Amino acid sequence: MEEAKIALKVNEKDNVATIFAQGVGDGCTVILRDRKGTAQPLAVSGDIPYGHKIAVEDIPAGAPVIKYGERIGVASRDIRKGEYVHVHNLDSMRGRGDLPAGKEH
Amino acid sequence: MAYEFWGYVRPDGQVGCRNHVAVIPSVTCAGDVASAIVRQVAGTVGYFHHQGCCQLPPDLDRVTETLISLGKSPNVAAALVVSLGCEGTDHERLVEEIQKTGKPVRCIHIQELGGVSAAIKAGTDAAQELVMEVSGNRRQSVGIDRVTMSIKCGGSDTTSGMASNCVIGYVADKLVDLGAAVVFGEVTEFLGGEHLLAQRAVTPQVGDRILEIVNNMETRARSLGCDMRKGQPTPGNIAGGLSSIEEKSLGAIVKSGTRPIQGVLEYPEAIGNRKGLWIKETPGREPEILTGMAATGAQFMMFSTGRGAPQGFPTMPVLKVCGNPHTFARMSHDMDINAGRIITGEKSIEEVGEEAFSAILDLLSGRQTKNETLGYHSSIDIYTMGPVI
Repeated sequence: MEEAKIALKVNEKDNVATIFAQGVGDGCTVILRDRKGTAQPLAVSGDIPYGHKIAVEDIPAGAPVIKYGERIGVASRDIRKGEYVHVHNLDSMRGRGDLPAGKEH
Repeated sequence: MAYEFWGYVRPDGQVGCRNHVAVIPSVTCAGDVASAIVRQVAGTVGYFHHQGCCQLPPDLDRVTETLISLGKSPNVAAALVVSLGCEGTDHERLVEEIQKTGKPVRCIHIQELGGVSAAIKAGTDAAQELVMEVSGNRRQSVGIDRVTMSIKCGGSDTTSGMASNCVIGYVADKLVDLGAAVVFGEVTEFLGGEHLLAQRAVTPQVGDRILEIVNNMETRARSLGCDMRKGQPTPGNIAGGLSSIEEKSLGAIVKSGTRPIQGVLEYPEAIGNRKGLWIKETPGREPEILTGMAATGAQFMMFSTGRGAPQGFPTMPVLKVCGNPHTFARMSHDMDINAGRIITGEKSIEEVGEEAFSAILDLLSGRQTKNETLGYHSSIDIYTMGPVI
């Protein structure tokens, strides 16, 4: 049975959703679902592994990435809607002994 | 509805869900003797930690206090302390404090007895006598309000915060509402979500204390001068889709449910008769948090995982709730509850939560968890703060 290609958004404030499907790649369309049950198609650019995140709107460099309605880091470069979001374009702002004091949070 | 289970009522009124004779080395150097005794005598389990000497006094006190709390914990029916004779921990106090519960306690001294083989002989005899004394203990029906549940997530991926931790949060709320106690820890995994926890504190002082323990943990991590992401999230977490400690934390705190937070327990501290939701100051790594939670006096742990973390603990059954449907299918002999059905849309959080709650009543009455049946229970160590000297 083919798995439905679902991207799940936890909170309405979120600008990312989580992909729960195998084989999500460039040019695919996933169904973006939220907790209210609404569903809409979202075009994917680039390959995204199972359990990893996709941008549901454009996120400019330096802007917060939001999941669970809270900040999970900032975009380290411009991220376009439909793009893969992970450590390559999202920076953590906590426990950063490598950054000068005051640059965190 | 009143929920009951079949438990062992101890002389001090605590209720155990297991009936172990614990063999407790007072120092790592007594570990081999303790281990030989445990291999020989059925019904015994060992606390094979690596501490207890050549540490500064605050750490030595912490080790002694933690071992005391482990010996007093309700799943321990009787204890045998194995002392070397020159250790830094206070083994006399260890014996005296466990005796205060009214449980049978014995102690052997390796140096005094004339060495390893003599100590193994004496310890084997003593352990056998203890097992004969307590193994006929009978279970009685007791209310669920006598229970303390500990919770943890390990080997997390993005399904943890969206499925398995939601199930644990559901059960945590239910237990608190039924008058039981629930304890969670993993202070590192509050980073990024601590403001949400502080808002749930019963007093501003408790809220300040939550922010303080998070700040202490972050300051220690930052003092090493590197990006925490080299260690937290772990490489496995990152492979599982977690991009930052903030994301991991926000998913992790879901398992604490939604009820008010009563206070913060010190690492070696037992919860006693306190009820409701509590935090214990622990790190996230399995051996140290499992030990700290068993020292709390928790009869069992609910443990959420996505990648598939199989660890258990010698005296505290650990129920594994797996959020990732693919991991559950691969590791069904290690995972107890399949919360992956929430991700696939087959079940709701409440449905899997009720299934887990029912499994907990069975567990408390004696049904073994997967890691108990496999004997995968050596994840033990005591969280110390200072250098080994």
